[in-house]
Amino acid sequence: MGMTITEKILAAHTDLEEVHPGMLINARVDIALGHDVTAPIAIAEFKKSGGRKVFDRGRVVLVADHFTPNKDIKSAQQVKIMRDFAREHKLAHYYEGGKAGVCHVLLPEQGIVLPGDLIIGADSHTCTYGALGAFATGVGSTDLAAAMLTGELWFRVPETIKIVLTGKLNKWVGGKDLILAIIGRIGVDGATYQAMEFTGETVGDLSMADRFTMANMVIEAGAKNGIFAPDAVTEEYVKYRAERDYTFYFPDPDAHYARVLEIDVSQIEPQVAFPHLPSHVKGLSRVGSVKIDQVFIGSCTNGRMEDLRLAAGILKGREVAPYVRLVVIPTTPEIYRTALAEGLFDIFLAAGAVIGPPTCGPCLGGHMGILADGERAVATTNRNFVGRMGHPGSEVYLANPAVAAASAVLGRIAGPDEIKGAHKL
Amino acid sequence: MKYTGKIWKFGDHVNTDLIIPARYINSSDPDYLAAHCMEDADPDFAKQVRPGDIIVAGDNFGCGSSREHAPIAIKAAGIAGVVARSFARIFYRSAFNMGLPIFEARDLYDLVRDGDIIEVDGNAGTITIPGQEPRQLKIEPIPPFMQELIAAGGLLAYLKKRP
Ligand code: SF4
Repeated sequence: MGMTITEKILAAHTDLEEVHPGMLINARVDIALGHDVTAPIAIAEFKKSGGRKVFDRGRVVLVADHFTPNKDIKSAQQVKIMRDFAREHKLAHYYEGGKAGVCHVLLPEQGIVLPGDLIIGADSHTCTYGALGAFATGVGSTDLAAAMLTGELWFRVPETIKIVLTGKLNKWVGGKDLILAIIGRIGVDGATYQAMEFTGETVGDLSMADRFTMANMVIEAGAKNGIFAPDAVTEEYVKYRAERDYTFYFPDPDAHYARVLEIDVSQIEPQVAFPHLPSHVKGLSRVGSVKIDQVFIGSCTNGRMEDLRLAAGILKGREVAPYVRLVVIPTTPEIYRTALAEGLFDIFLAAGAVIGPPTCGPCLGGHMGILADGERAVATTNRNFVGRMGHPGSEVYLANPAVAAASAVLGRIAGPDEIKGAHKL
Repeated sequence: MKYTGKIWKFGDHVNTDLIIPARYINSSDPDYLAAHCMEDADPDFAKQVRPGDIIVAGDNFGCGSSREHAPIAIKAAGIAGVVARSFARIFYRSAFNMGLPIFEARDLYDLVRDGDIIEVDGNAGTITIPGQEPRQLKIEPIPPFMQELIAAGGLLAYLKKRP
């Protein structure tokens, strides 16, 4: 029987010829990731079980991104545990300070995660790397400890849902809108334990940034992983970055899928997810008048160069509405530098934005833009749960960067078309 | 594995931000996390929960982030086990990996109220509700590998015992 991409990659990391949904397997891990929230627990477990050496110092990656630059003493203590561990084990990939960025943007950018890899991360959005044609999934800290020790981990082979995208994208519609529309359709547990494989003629039109955004949010439908078959766009992205060899895997024509979902993207307008679930989506035309207090442009979902350019095209020559705060956070040092060189900082600053250093920051209500009781934010992030960005009485609306920027200017949720002369930079 | 306890009932899609809000995960100290467990869902939970109590929830319990702080907080709060209609994936594996007993039961949810007492028999795979007409509710069977994990005391202990 044929295999899906997910099944092929999993099989290639075992001694088995084939794997099929439902099998419990032990598989070799190419990259194991932890960050300042999850790694300290993994390190404690690693030590408790008598661990002396990590399985491969080039394949354990630690990134301080959630509460860094360290926001308080507790966070500083956590990062210290990670830093000491990285030093002791001479890890090749430890990122902090001016080297650190939001892990799920940083790792692909630095060529650390590659097509065909099996990647585990003690962070639910590890699924982002599926955009490269890799199997990548989020796990817990104990899993990370086990992988750091042995270089292997147990998995249940997931069933795959095939999502076929056809049609031309509408103006101002990107990966964020497609994935929000899909989550709206299948629900926050619509793909629990399953893989989501994106395919169809529209995929060729999607940039790597769009694909990362989509793979990033499959966990919001409960999926184990999201995956795109690699193509010329993938090759272009990885060829100068890759620090190792990589392999392209494609699904067999007779692969078995649990279900097939057909999406005509030409029917999709920009989407907004209302509180308090990513599945509470409405098309922009049905949003009505929702006044806002803050806009956040950043995160592993939409904090890439393409996202900043999109926002800048709308903000250029304009100012943020009175009493609205705009927080912009480029997610890696490379993106920060590029945005600066391209003059985007001038546009953001002139608009009245605050620009933060690469960090998760307000995405998880950590720091640098926390909401008060009753406040509303439009965010380019991935979760709008109760209290996600601050006070449990605050509200988060998820949208793409163009909608976020237009909303900042108008002080209510709004589309870029409401702003005269808004264009793509 | 038998547990008898008072239940704390929550709804569907109880996410990890509700179980332990991000403002507290700058620490991984179990007692600190337990003191803020479920705070945004029920501010009295951490103060009133007693060792041996049981959480009952609807679908997709533990969705959201991968933070193992969530099962850690629940366990450190004294909760004996979680019975839900279904669990989110990462929470499910973490609970087994770190030794928090969890059970999937489709039918329990609609039959109980906050504060009721239930008896969970993990070995027999059944739940009974004393005080209601006697009937046994089924628990989804736990795969043999996961049973080995629990018997060993979690993933790392299991790996150590492996040859
Ligand atoms: S940016 Fe947000 S979603 Fe992404 S890793 Fe950081 S906290 Fe998690």
